[in-house]
Amino acid sequence: MDDGVMLVALLVATLRAAAPLILAGLGELVCERAGVLNLGVEGMMLVGAVVGFAASVTTGSPVLGLLAAMAAGAAMAAVFAVLTLRLHANQVASGLALTIFGIGFSALFGAPYQSHPITGLATLIFPNLSGAHPLLQQLLLVDPLVWLALAAPFAVARFLARSRAGLLLRAVGESAEVAHAFGYKVVRIRGFAVLFGGAMAGLAGAYLSLAYTPMWTENMVAGRGWIALALVVFSTWKPLLLAAGAILFGFVTIAGFQAEAWGIPVAPNLLATLPYAATILVLVLISRDTLRLKLNAPAALGKPFHPAG
Amino acid sequence: MLSRRSLLLAPAATLIASQAQAAGPLKVAYVYVSPVGDAGWTFQHELGRRAVDAALGAAVKTSFVENVEEGADAERVIRKLATDGNDLIFTTSFGYMNPTLKVAQQFPSKKFEHATGYKRAANVATYSARFYEGRYAAGVLAGRMSKTGVFGYIAAFPIPEVLQGINAFTLGARSVNPKAVTKVVWTSSWFDPGKERAAADTLIAGGADVVTHHTDSTAVAQAAEEKGAFSIAYNSDQSKYGPKTCLTAVTHNWNEYYIGRVKAAIAGTWKSGDVWGGVKEGMTKLAPYNAAVPEAVRKDVDGVMAAIGAGSRRPFAGPIADQDGKTKVAAGQALADKDIAEMKWFVDGVQGKV
Repeated sequence: MDDGVMLVALLVATLRAAAPLILAGLGELVCERAGVLNLGVEGMMLVGAVVGFAASVTTGSPVLGLLAAMAAGAAMAAVFAVLTLRLHANQVASGLALTIFGIGFSALFGAPYQSHPITGLATLIFPNLSGAHPLLQQLLLVDPLVWLALAAPFAVARFLARSRAGLLLRAVGESAEVAHAFGYKVVRIRGFAVLFGGAMAGLAGAYLSLAYTPMWTENMVAGRGWIALALVVFSTWKPLLLAAGAILFGFVTIAGFQAEAWGIPVAPNLLATLPYAATILVLVLISRDTLRLKLNAPAALGKPFHPAG
Repeated sequence: MLSRRSLLLAPAATLIASQAQAAGPLKVAYVYVSPVGDAGWTFQHELGRRAVDAALGAAVKTSFVENVEEGADAERVIRKLATDGNDLIFTTSFGYMNPTLKVAQQFPSKKFEHATGYKRAANVATYSARFYEGRYAAGVLAGRMSKTGVFGYIAAFPIPEVLQGINAFTLGARSVNPKAVTKVVWTSSWFDPGKERAAADTLIAGGADVVTHHTDSTAVAQAAEEKGAFSIAYNSDQSKYGPKTCLTAVTHNWNEYYIGRVKAAIAGTWKSGDVWGGVKEGMTKLAPYNAAVPEAVRKDVDGVMAAIGAGSRRPFAGPIADQDGKTKVAAGQALADKDIAEMKWFVDGVQGKV
């Protein structure tokens, strides 16, 4: 097969691998910009994956599946919001609990769906995928969710930087007391940010179970929620950097497979660590300015807000 | 007084114990490393447990604990099963080796069997299977079905068991197409559907028209179906994930082994030992062929399986060269079991690095 197809395949596979990281990461980024640290991304992704899958199988509509996944992710996030924002529970502990709950719940709920192969999103849209020319086949694999993952960082960046709501959200994340003193409803704003984070994590999970590997198996998210969380920090809470980091991570993973497929002799253990090493290195280099890092980190991140009086 | 009492009690206790064993059903327990699911390593052991139930009925009472982590948690679970009165306990993952031995020492009257391990005791037997024999036949099938002569092999970790499979597959393929090449991609994880999927996509884009895997999910069969490439699955039959393209699967089958061992335990003839069975013992089989496999190919592959079972064909019989072209096994010789068990190299025709 010619190298042109291989190159396109490399790019397409990179974007497909990066899409769930971008979607989940953006949700968490918005949540953290509002000052709430939610470590439940992995759990919300798993619940999104299983609910999206189940809804898609029972209704026959992947669109409904995606919506259900977003709702499920948001529902998980709502539990977290009540615990941390209303009851002032510790955010780290609550987030971890959310992940543990998500792993268990998705396994329980998903048990009857284990042996249900479905048609992937790309094949659903282009039924003739398996017979198409290799180059066209690759291009068709870029499904609508990947396009969404590519567009969303720009939208979120614009929202945070240019809109009044975005400004408010950041204000709440920087100093909840000041925002409160100005009469803004801190808990409500944080609540919306947390719900958005949950919905995006649910969507990312559903991308995995409906498009990337169209099936449900226990624990299929396999740590991507944690990678998304790390990307948020390493991107210094900037949407475009986050997307770049996710794409880089995907690229190095896929390029490693490609190198092996091409017959370049690299030790497999080294290849397995490369995506992490490369992403951390590049993002740290980009954001090595400590002052900028401090300025970017939401000052009130992880701190519970108790309105005085 | 104390000694007299214990003297009196000891035979009584033995009597009660032996009576209990004779009267009630034999209690057999299984420890699984992952959830049972509907395909994969643990699922095949569970099929074995169900086969024991079906074959021996009221004579046994079987149970299982799934998703038990290797390590300290395993020891707790195994000890609990022993205290609960299970007479025979199968621990079905490599990492249960030391916990099994430790608990077995504390319960000398109980019987234990540890899958894929190498440490034994008077009441701990080990068992494993030569899955590479099935892999060899799968290689022959891949060699006959492929147009490009390029195969993709998605593998988890470069340990002997995996290397045996890759080498046997390649040797099988080369026995019908001397120019066949197996491209190996490592995922560094037994279970990550996303990674397995991406690896399969990459290999197929790179010209592989048959892909196979040594990982635990069904992602590879699915990826191949989507791209219109052939796949050969592992562990369990995965035909529903690749109705048009999944040629067959190299499956694990513990049914006969488990039934035999439980029967022996009931009869009182159970002994510790090590079993490394293959096609002959029925421990590895090929799943039913896909409709895409022509009759002539089926006959040939069945013939290879039969020859391996009869011992007339040995996957690691010479001449075998390694990747550098150096002779590893001379013509007329075959690799010894010990060398197979410790395999750390690739045969000629494999593209990849250990």
